[in-house]
Amino acid sequence: MMIDIEQANRTAVERMMAARPILRTVAPARDVIPGMRDNLLLHAGPPITWERASGPMKGAIVGALIFEGLADDWDSAETFITSGQIDLEPCHEHSAVGPMAGVTSSSMQVYVIENVTHGNMAYSNLNEGYGKVLRYGAYAPDVLKKLRWMNNTMAPILARALELNGGLDMRALLAESLHMGDEGHNRNKAGSIIFTARLAPHIVSATDNRFVVATVLKFLGDNALSVLNPVMAACKAMADAGHGVAGSTIMTVMARNGTDLGIRVSGLGDRWFTGPVGQPDGLYFPGFSAEDASGDIGDSTITETAGIGAFAMASAPAIVTFISGTPEMAINTTLEMYEICSAEHSAFTIPALGFRGTPVGVDIRRVIELGIRPQINTGIAHKDPGVGQIGAGLVLPPMNVFEDALVAFAEHYIA
Amino acid sequence: MQYEIRSGAYYDSVVLMQLQKGLAALPGVEDAGVVMATPANKEVLTAAGFDLEEIAAQSDDLLIMVRSDSAESAAAALSQVDTLLKPKQSDGGVAFRPKSLTNAAKMVPDAQWVLISVPGRYAAQVADDALDLGKNVFLYSDNVPLDDEIRLKQKASQIGLLVMGPDCGTALIDGVGLGFANRVRRGNIGVVAASGTGLQAVTSAIHNLGGGVAQGIGTGGRDLKDAVGGVTALQGLHLLATDAETDVIVLVSKPPSPTVVNKLLATALTIDKPVVINFIGYAPPARQFGNLWFANSLSDAARLAVEIVAIGASDSNQSPVSSIGPTRFFRGLFSGGTLAYEATLALQAFVAPLHSNVAVGAALELANPFVSEGHTIVDLGEDDFTQGRLHPMMDNDLRIRRLRHEAADPEVGLILLDVVLGEGAHLDPASELAPVMEEIGSAGDVEMVVLVVGTDDDPQNRPNQIGRFQDAGAHVFTDPTACFAAVARALLPVPQSPITNPQSPFSPPFAAINVGLETFYDSLIDQGAIAVHVDWRPPAGGNERMMALLAKLKRS
Repeated sequence: MMIDIEQANRTAVERMMAARPILRTVAPARDVIPGMRDNLLLHAGPPITWERASGPMKGAIVGALIFEGLADDWDSAETFITSGQIDLEPCHEHSAVGPMAGVTSSSMQVYVIENVTHGNMAYSNLNEGYGKVLRYGAYAPDVLKKLRWMNNTMAPILARALELNGGLDMRALLAESLHMGDEGHNRNKAGSIIFTARLAPHIVSATDNRFVVATVLKFLGDNALSVLNPVMAACKAMADAGHGVAGSTIMTVMARNGTDLGIRVSGLGDRWFTGPVGQPDGLYFPGFSAEDASGDIGDSTITETAGIGAFAMASAPAIVTFISGTPEMAINTTLEMYEICSAEHSAFTIPALGFRGTPVGVDIRRVIELGIRPQINTGIAHKDPGVGQIGAGLVLPPMNVFEDALVAFAEHYIA
Repeated sequence: MQYEIRSGAYYDSVVLMQLQKGLAALPGVEDAGVVMATPANKEVLTAAGFDLEEIAAQSDDLLIMVRSDSAESAAAALSQVDTLLKPKQSDGGVAFRPKSLTNAAKMVPDAQWVLISVPGRYAAQVADDALDLGKNVFLYSDNVPLDDEIRLKQKASQIGLLVMGPDCGTALIDGVGLGFANRVRRGNIGVVAASGTGLQAVTSAIHNLGGGVAQGIGTGGRDLKDAVGGVTALQGLHLLATDAETDVIVLVSKPPSPTVVNKLLATALTIDKPVVINFIGYAPPARQFGNLWFANSLSDAARLAVEIVAIGASDSNQSPVSSIGPTRFFRGLFSGGTLAYEATLALQAFVAPLHSNVAVGAALELANPFVSEGHTIVDLGEDDFTQGRLHPMMDNDLRIRRLRHEAADPEVGLILLDVVLGEGAHLDPASELAPVMEEIGSAGDVEMVVLVVGTDDDPQNRPNQIGRFQDAGAHVFTDPTACFAAVARALLPVPQSPITNPQSPFSPPFAAINVGLETFYDSLIDQGAIAVHVDWRPPAGGNERMMALLAKLKRS
C-alpha cells in the first residue's frame, strides 16, 4: 500500500490543533458517556484486571462500588468484582479521561466537552482536590461524603453556570494559563483561577443559597487542580480529532493504569500498545520516599499527548523544583520535545521561547529514531490504597510501546 | 584484568579517550582500554596486551577494560566510569543540545554547512538529511560506501550543494578551518584539493610565503576516481571561478584518473583566472599552458600561486580562435615530428578521444595514418608519408592534398598546420599554402591556425610569411604552447557550470551544524564561527530491526 506518512501526520496534527473544545455542561455519566452502563466502571490507562491492578486503582474501584451502593467494604467489593458482575473498561474507550485511577461510575457527574470544529465529544469526572481522594484510591466514608456533595450539590450548579456562560472555550483558557506559569498538567494554578473567575458570577446566579455559593466558590478557588479535569477532557477532544487518520504515526493516546502504560496511534485504530509503567523521579512529601510510590498512573498524560504538560514545561519554570532542576531544564525539556513532535501548536505558545508554539503531535518514528521518549509530568500516588498523593515528578514511558506500535504499523501498511 | 560492556552506549571517540586517560591515571591501574568494540578496535586492544578471548562485545558495545595490580583497584577504577563520563557542568544552566539535525537547523537557520564525523555506516544518512535541509556538507567520516558517495554527490550537484568528502580531513571556508585545518591568513588564493594533507600543506605554505587563502575546498580522496567523476572538484572549480575574492586558483590531488584529469583540465582552461595545478605523478603538457600553471610539488604550487598573485599575471583565456562547437573535429597536419608529439601531448590532456600517428599520453593510435578519425593529429614527416618523396618541410604537395581533403569533410571545424622555416626548408611555404587556405576560408567556416617556427633572420622572411597566412584568414602563432592552448580552448565546449548553484556556499559569517566529534564544534567556536553541536546518537540506539523498519517507512 502506498502511504504518505508525512501528509497523514500533517493532517492528524492539523486536526488536533484545529479542534476547539468547549466545556458545555456537567451531567451524570450514564446520561452522556457512550456505552456507559450501571455494571461498568471506567478506569485510567489501558485495560486492566482486578488481579493486576495497583493499590490506588483497587482502592478507587472499591470506593466507586460503595459510592454506587453495590458494595459495603473492600471484601464485598472484591467478591462483587471477581464474580464478574461488573466490567472494567478504559475511560479512553469511551471518549473519557480521568486523572490518577480515573475510576468513573455511571452515577458520577462528568464534564462534557464538545469539539465544535469536528463535532466529537469528550468527558472527565470532577476534581476532588487534595488529600484523601478517590482518584488516589481512598474510599473512607468522608471521601465518599465529599464525592456525594460534589455530585449532588456542586455539579448541578456548575451545569447551570456553564449554561448561563454559554459554554467555556477551554483552548482559549489554556492558551492564557500557559502565559501565566502553568503547563496544564502538574501545574494548573492559573487555569483554575481563570476557571473559577469565569464561572463565579454564574455560580452566584445559579442558586439562591448563599451558603452553597460560598462553599462551591471556596471549593473551586482553593483547589489549584480544579481545572485539571476539564483541561484533560479538552485535550482528549483535541487528541481524538487527530485519531483515525490512515497512515499517520502520531500518538493520540498515552495513559497509565498504575501497572501498564498504553499508547494508541492515529493510523492504527483502537489498538493498545502497552508496557510496564515507570517509577517517577521526583520530590516526595515529608515522610515518603520512592519506596512508597505506586507505579505511574492516570490519564492525565493526555495533556502531553495534546502538546501541553511536560511538553510546555518552558512555560512553567517553577515546576522544575519537583526534580530540583533549573529553569533552563524546563526550557530544555520543551526544546527536546520538539525533536519528536511533528508540529508547533498554533494555539498554545510559550513566551520564554519567543512565543514559539508548543511541541505537538508525537511521531512514534522520531521517538524510536532519536531514542527520545515523551516526557511526562505527573503526581505520584502511594502504592497503598487511600493514602493519596505523596509527591510529584517526571517519568518516561517504556520504549517498547513505541517499538511495538512501529512494528504493527509496518505490518499493517507495508507488510 | 577486569572489564565492563555497555551495550548500545555511544560516545564520541574523544570522550572515550578522555575516559581511558582518566582510568589509567587511577591508583593501581597499569593500563586501560576504552573503545567501541569494532573488530579493528579489538585488534588494537589485543595488540596492547589485553586478553579478549572471552569477551563477547560487538561493534555497538562500549568495551571498557582495565589492567591493574589488584582486583580491588580494577573494580575501584571501573566504579569511576560514570563519574569520569559525566560532562563538566557549566555554571548556571546547561545549554540545550539538539538531538536531530532538523532541530539544530531550526536553532541556526543561517547555517549553510553541516560537519559530519559520525561512524561511516551512519554518515550517509546524516548527509542525506543535511542535503534535504538545503545544507552543504563537510563529510569527515570515512568508511562511507562508494555507492553512497556517488549518490550523495549527484544529489548535491543537482540541487547546487557541495559534498566535501567522505574522508575529507580539512577545508577552509570563509576563513574558518573545518576539521584538521591550519590557522591560515585570508587572501585571494582559492584551493581545491582531493587530499587533506595536500590542502593543509599548500595553504600553510601560502600563508608562510605571505599569501592568503580565500577558500579551501576539500573533495575527499575518491572524488577524482572514475566512479565519482570529480563531481566535487568540478563544482569547486566553478565556485572559485565565480568567487569574487578568489584571484588565483590552486588545484591539487593525489594521482587522479585520466578521464577525470581531462574533465578538470578542460574546465580549468575555460576559467578566466590563473589555475595552478599539481597532480602528483602527472606529466603536464607544459609549465604554463594558457591560464594553467603546472607545479611539480605541493610547495611549488604554493610558491607559483603566491608569485602569480604578486605579479598579477593574468593570461586572458579568450582564444582568438573561435570555438568549433561540440559536434565538429580538429585536424592537425604537422611537418615537424616533435611539434606533432608536443601538440598531441598537450591536447590529449583536454580532448578525448584524440587520435594520432604519434600517440602519446592518453591519445589513441590512429588506425590508418592516411585517414583521420575524430580529433586527429598526424605527423606527415613519418616514414609512411615520405617514401619516394621529399620531407613535407620542403615539399608542400602532400600537405596541400591532405589539407583540401580535411577541409572538405563537413565534420572538420579547425585545421592546424605547422610551418617550419630555416635553412634547408622550403623557401616560400606561404606561396603554396596560403592560396589553398584562402580557398578553404572562402568556401566555409573552417578555422585555420598556423604555427610558424623560425626567426626573423631566416631566409624565408618570417614577417612576410606570417602576413600572408594572416591575409589568407589563418590565425598565426609563433609560440607552440600558446598555439596549442588557443586550439585547446577552441575545442572545448563553451564553459557552462554543471551545477545550478542557487546560492554560493560562501557567505560570511560562517555558521554550521556539527554532528559527531565535539572537538570540531569546539574548534568552530574558538574560531568565532556560529555553530551548534548535535548530540547525535545512532538511530534507534543502533537497533538494527528498528532502523530497518524506519528506513522502510521512509520509502513507502
